[in-house]
Amino acid sequence: MNLGLTRELPGAWIVARREIRDQLRDWRILTPIIILTLFFPLLMNITASTVVNFVEEYGATIIGDRLIPFLLLVVGFFPISISLVIALESFAGERERLSLEPLLATPLTDAQLYFGKMFASLLAPIAGAYLGIFVYLAGLLWRLGWTPTPELLAQVLALTAAQALLMVTAAVVISTQTTSVRGANLLASFVIIPAAQLIIVESLIMFWGRYNVLWWIVAALMLTSMVLGRMGLHLFNREELLGRDLDNVNLRWGLARFREGFRGKARSPFTWYRETITQTLPGMRGPLIIMALAMAAAYIIGVRSASTFTLPGELFDQERISAVFSTELSNFGFLSALGWKWVAFNNLRALAIASVLGAFSLGIVGMLLLMAPVGIIGYFAGNFALAGLDTSRLLTALVLPHGIIEIPAAIIAGAAILQLALAALSLPKGSSLGASWLVALGKWARLSLALVVPLIMVAAVLEVFVTPRVAVALLAGP
Amino acid sequence: MQAPIETRNLTKNFDDLIAVNDVTLRVEAGEVLALLGPNGAGKTTTIRMLASILMPTRGSVRVAGFDTAVNAAEVRRRVGLLTEHHGLYTRMKSQEYLAFFGRIYGLDSDHTDRRVAELLERFGLADATDQRLGQYSKGMRQKLAMARALLHDPDVLLLDEPTSAMDPESARLVRESILDLRSENRAIIVCTHNLSEAELLADRIAIIRNGRIVAQGTASQLMQDYLGNPVMELRVDGPLDGAVNLLPDEVNIREQGEDWIRFQSPDPQQVNPRIIANMAAAGVRIVTLSEVRRSLEEVYLSVMDREAQE
Repeated sequence: MNLGLTRELPGAWIVARREIRDQLRDWRILTPIIILTLFFPLLMNITASTVVNFVEEYGATIIGDRLIPFLLLVVGFFPISISLVIALESFAGERERLSLEPLLATPLTDAQLYFGKMFASLLAPIAGAYLGIFVYLAGLLWRLGWTPTPELLAQVLALTAAQALLMVTAAVVISTQTTSVRGANLLASFVIIPAAQLIIVESLIMFWGRYNVLWWIVAALMLTSMVLGRMGLHLFNREELLGRDLDNVNLRWGLARFREGFRGKARSPFTWYRETITQTLPGMRGPLIIMALAMAAAYIIGVRSASTFTLPGELFDQERISAVFSTELSNFGFLSALGWKWVAFNNLRALAIASVLGAFSLGIVGMLLLMAPVGIIGYFAGNFALAGLDTSRLLTALVLPHGIIEIPAAIIAGAAILQLALAALSLPKGSSLGASWLVALGKWARLSLALVVPLIMVAAVLEVFVTPRVAVALLAGP
Repeated sequence: MQAPIETRNLTKNFDDLIAVNDVTLRVEAGEVLALLGPNGAGKTTTIRMLASILMPTRGSVRVAGFDTAVNAAEVRRRVGLLTEHHGLYTRMKSQEYLAFFGRIYGLDSDHTDRRVAELLERFGLADATDQRLGQYSKGMRQKLAMARALLHDPDVLLLDEPTSAMDPESARLVRESILDLRSENRAIIVCTHNLSEAELLADRIAIIRNGRIVAQGTASQLMQDYLGNPVMELRVDGPLDGAVNLLPDEVNIREQGEDWIRFQSPDPQQVNPRIIANMAAAGVRIVTLSEVRRSLEEVYLSVMDREAQE
């Protein structure tokens, strides 16, 4: 791997050098970098000094203390946001201007072209961001005598680089799916929106003062960049770049790919159902195992959180629980037809949301959403144990009767969502991203229709009609 | 003996579309093959497979002795590709642009400098080295793209529309260059819509339609195959009248006027002297007896017509 990269570097550097030189001749790239590198940090400097002086008058020095490091992050973020534009321009722009084909006709490898363009997209914005950070820090030292701790500085520099890397690797994936800069810009919202959300999360963490969490974010960003980088390397190849008509909607082709995943080779509803159980489901062994492990992890995390965020013991008064189960079951819609429909609808809606969010977040958000209820169960189980209650009896009473169906349904649903993400990450040879994803979407629909929806329905019936009776039998007073 | 360009049953599918279907070609060193066909016929896809940019779905391609699927980089090192669109970097200057490609091909800088100067001179661009490529005219850009394709002295040249957008003078310069390159023993494929150019440059012509080669051969072979026997025109001094009856039975009369007649002859070398002798004996004075020049365009349209009917 190392040797391979060393071999690729000289060619990549030739490509990068040309691109960087080209950027330095383009005023549309230079102007924002200069403004964001030199003038914006000075503006932030004035903002920081003004706010610090203002809040000090009211004794709220903590606001100033937290604002200064946050602005440090912001000063670095603005120049690197240009890396997204440069990357889209470099990858999709070159394709649109038809200057890519002469490069593809040379002995350069796909990886050399990919890395060359990536270096070029990263170098100027990161250099600009670091220069901006330096200008901001120099100003702070001069105006307020403030210097960051070495760890904070390292965190901000690492975050800045990791964010740039994430945006560029994501931009490459986007650029391979379109032949125009316009198309790439439209798709760029898939990068801009998460990046903006990330900044919000980072700002919350920084204002909260939990700086050590930033290292975890750096690690998560690097990991995601690696995944996107692998995907980009797979997609940025001559065959994919020149071989496909990407911008036109081909509904017939899309439906055919979807049908391929949904129907497979089945000729009747019976064989379709049988093949779903005997072929599609076993074919997803990997995602199923990952999802089952994730559920187990969620439960453990929930149990462990109970010792950190312990609920008051009086909430778990056995008599109170008994009273609730004896008198208020019908108020919650239990033991009624309306109740099971509501539960089924609610669970299906949650699965639909998890699927949609999972499809656009490499499966991560979908998984987290499905893990959350299990985590909550674990959290309550942990609290039950801390309150000295019989956890296994409570779980048997409250969760087991319907959970035995609902949890496997959630695992299958989660695996199907993961499969959607994996379809994008590990493309079969000769298959395009769109084709692979549509086939996976077909499989997702197949599993949902054949297994998840029926299981959720059955679980809802059990939850409304059986679980309360079991709970009453096990938990109601003597 | 292996030819520099050899394809066998070359096929390329894009999802459900068959872009190139079962194409078998062979181009020898020192030979120019013109690849003709309507837009979307599969010319560019064929060229891209020959340049090892796209991999065939089926069949094989050997270029400069290397299998494009196995030794793609070696093939690309030996192929000069002129793409349909010049694809230049408009903020660069010509020397810088060519030097960039020189570095990619691993040429040393002295050699690159010499070669760049030579090519710029050859294509009449030596006086425009101070201009950015964005300021170049279409023809100049095309010529620079041609220089780029020749920079690494390739054994095989694949030229997609080499003279499109060029003024007549530049087009002539490029055509002369192609003929020079042929005499340097390179194997050349030219894709073009300009049929007279194809006729002028190519030793052989291949016509591609819907991804399939539907006709292949020298211009005269194709004319014979698709337009039939050569057409002769006889002009006489005065009205033809009964002179038509003096033509041998094997000729096929196509059209005639007051003092001229056109006919197809299976073997002009044998038939023409007899016609002349017959006319002279009958006292008919012949003004001219010559072959009517037929164009490749007629062949092309005839091929397309026939294919459309099938």
